[in-house]
Amino acid sequence: MASAKVYVTLKEGIADPQGLTIMRALKSLGYEEVEDLRVGKYIELKISGYDARRIAERVREMSERLLANPIIEDYRVEVEE
Amino acid sequence: MRFGVVVFPGSNCEQDCYYVLDSVLGQRVDYVWHEETSLRGYDCIILPGGFSYGDYLRSGAIAHFSPVMKAVADFADKGGYVIGICNGFQILLEAGLLPGAMMRNSGLKFICKFVNIRVETTNTPWTNAAYHRQVLRIPIAHNEGNYQVPDDVLFEMKDRGQIVFRYCSPEGGIFPEYNPNGSRENIAGICSREGNILGMMPHPERASESILGSSDGLYIWRSILNHCGADIASV
Repeated sequence: MASAKVYVTLKEGIADPQGLTIMRALKSLGYEEVEDLRVGKYIELKISGYDARRIAERVREMSERLLANPIIEDYRVEVEE
Repeated sequence: MRFGVVVFPGSNCEQDCYYVLDSVLGQRVDYVWHEETSLRGYDCIILPGGFSYGDYLRSGAIAHFSPVMKAVADFADKGGYVIGICNGFQILLEAGLLPGAMMRNSGLKFICKFVNIRVETTNTPWTNAAYHRQVLRIPIAHNEGNYQVPDDVLFEMKDRGQIVFRYCSPEGGIFPEYNPNGSRENIAGICSREGNILGMMPHPERASESILGSSDGLYIWRSILNHCGADIASV
């Protein structure tokens, strides 16, 4: 059984009101050093029956079709066997 | 005229749509369960508001893969009329039947209130009963209505007259302070290139009788009925 991790993030240039609010909250807690903060999603999958290369291909396809919305989001796939 | 109101698990505005078309406008209406694979016999399909599949992952993302959505795409492709309201609009975006994507409201709050929207074009099946730049008072109720679209696509959409409604002041001015959710250029509703598919965040079905505070939603229903040559009950 392999595991795949998908990190979904907002594209550069797309405003992230949630990230901005969290950053402001951190600053109000005294963490003035935070200069930028973006919120994304982390999705973990357990997959069997395919080799690592094929899993990466299929998970990228899943990301394109459902896990991410390519209009506003980027994604990154990591596969561990 | 025969309408079908699609019901997904988590839809919650289907009864309002059904009621307005049936009792207020005297049309034929059926509920269409999301597992349906044929839309034969319908003239217009409504994707109602709500929280299909609990808004999991992204609003509309899971509903887009319901069996009925393949039928909706075929129906629209053949020129059938489709209106997506609120969550229905989000589903149309996820399905790629309309361009762009929805983000969380810029204020991070669920907004439920009456807003004013300006009719940007009357040259659509959905707005022909209104006049150009008419201001309609219709409520919104959403958490993800912050419409975003890439520059080049927006440019084309404007060129083709696909921007149908924009949030505005009571007098019809388009200003940032009247943008409730951060939506690009105050966009509240758009249509497909051919105009047969409309997506809008405000709920016309909640503003179709004056006792509910506004009957401006009727302009949209009257428009599609006019366009299709349907008889309209006296309203």
